[in-house]
Amino acid sequence: MRRGSFARELLRRPQGAFGVGWLALVVVAAVVSRFWIPLDPFDTDPYSAWLTPSLAHPFGTDSVGRDIFSYVFAATGTTVVVAVASGVVATVVGVGLAALGSLTARWVRESVAVLIDVLVAFPTLLIAMALAAAFGGSLTVVVVAVGIGYGVTIARVSRSEIRQVARTDYVLAARADGLGTASVLRRHVLPNIAPVFVVQLSLSMATSVLAEAGLSFLGYGAPADTASWGRLLSDLQKFIGVHPGSVVWPGLAITLTVLALNLLGDAVRDASDPRLRTTRRPTTDTHRLPTTPGVVS
Amino acid sequence: MSLVIDDLTVTIAGRRVVDGLSLEVPDGARVGLIGESGSGKSMTTLAVLGLLPDGAQATGSIRLDGHELLGAPERELADLRGRVVGTVFQDPRTALDPVVPVGRQIAEPVRLHARVSRRDARVRAVAAAAEVGLPDPETIVDLYPHQLSGGQRQRVGIAMALINRPGLVLADEPTTALDVTTQAEVLALFQRLVDEQRTSLLFVTHDLAVLARIADHAAVLAHGRVVERGPVEQLLHRPEHAVTRGLVEATRATTWRAS
Repeated sequence: MRRGSFARELLRRPQGAFGVGWLALVVVAAVVSRFWIPLDPFDTDPYSAWLTPSLAHPFGTDSVGRDIFSYVFAATGTTVVVAVASGVVATVVGVGLAALGSLTARWVRESVAVLIDVLVAFPTLLIAMALAAAFGGSLTVVVVAVGIGYGVTIARVSRSEIRQVARTDYVLAARADGLGTASVLRRHVLPNIAPVFVVQLSLSMATSVLAEAGLSFLGYGAPADTASWGRLLSDLQKFIGVHPGSVVWPGLAITLTVLALNLLGDAVRDASDPRLRTTRRPTTDTHRLPTTPGVVS
Repeated sequence: MSLVIDDLTVTIAGRRVVDGLSLEVPDGARVGLIGESGSGKSMTTLAVLGLLPDGAQATGSIRLDGHELLGAPERELADLRGRVVGTVFQDPRTALDPVVPVGRQIAEPVRLHARVSRRDARVRAVAAAAEVGLPDPETIVDLYPHQLSGGQRQRVGIAMALINRPGLVLADEPTTALDVTTQAEVLALFQRLVDEQRTSLLFVTHDLAVLARIADHAAVLAHGRVVERGPVEQLLHRPEHAVTRGLVEATRATTWRAS
């Protein structure tokens, strides 16, 4: 597939444009926050507690006078690191198990299938809390838990997809052209399961953002000296009856990011599948009859 | 290139799907293999390719120019496939990868068996597309299978099978999924290319009318065995075995309906 046409297809869709736009903003903020943050997000000042939004404090301040905008800004780094790391772990676990579970000797692939089914039964958040209870809360725990939890889901879905594609006529035709197992996997199987894989990957990244926020909210995730949307939400939530407006900011950041990841996954799937593209390049079908004017349905 | 199949038996889960089949395709000849569905036709072509499904066992002998294929190492077979033996499949809707542009699929056997650059492969694909009569080959090689008509897709399949000028072409019901008009066009194309390239052809079908246009000799297959063989004309006009007569009847019925 040509790269230019893929990017165009992606951005043409509202979901794709929103997903790319918002996530680009988050990633840029994450990079910038490594070097510059408007105000120190951990700098407390009791005299400026609960300031309403203003130019100096766009999102206002919290109970101890911390600038909420700076805190939300600084926490983008945590979110991006967790989402990307979880995505990488989930991909390695998922594709590895799927390949082992579909293209190997019968007893290997069936044992792997059972293993996958057992692991899928554990809820991701439960794995995360168990790991946090055992090893203490940290971002690594979140990444490992979501990576494994979603990795097995990816493995299960990809495994059945690989097996389905492996049975198609075009794979048989490719083998009749002389392709070996590895080339068939690379040239025909993976491109055909990519759409499904991309959706699962985006879901795993969205889950990791939610899981990090949820675990940090409960105190199992990011340590106290690391800015995190979940931790901020937890801090502000205690005062929700008095200052309900402040909770909106971390809540909005989490919601928009998760939404952007989900929508982007769908858009990438649609844009990468030539059959789902809505723009049609001109067909050169000389046998097709000209359309009669007036009978266009 | 000659193909000699001798006493081929294919067993799947204890069932004999091909039972002691012997068949010869002399160099440059066009031989038909005809039978009802389930008679073991496709299994025979897959056995020649060494691509029988998991759990299938084949005994007997399949020799290509005197070289034994049955039991040959996979590496050796993979090298023959697509280079020396070209294959055209039945249904052009499913035999092409939906997410790969057709030009890259046509050129796949070239890129696989010879070290050629992406650009040269494309040039070969365009030439092959032109040779099989695809309109506007420069543009069509960049299209995806769903953007082509059924007949065009089967032309792609034929271009793919013939691009390396194989010595033997296996055609597994290549016209069955096409409508009658397209069928005639594709058959004419097949005939022309096989003549030009002096390729040996094993043409598998259930349709005697189709076979009459392309093959000289044919073997009639039923339940994995050859029940009758001879010149196609003779099978068509003086069928001896009940299965052959049934196929002739079926051909008459469809021909009448079509005309």
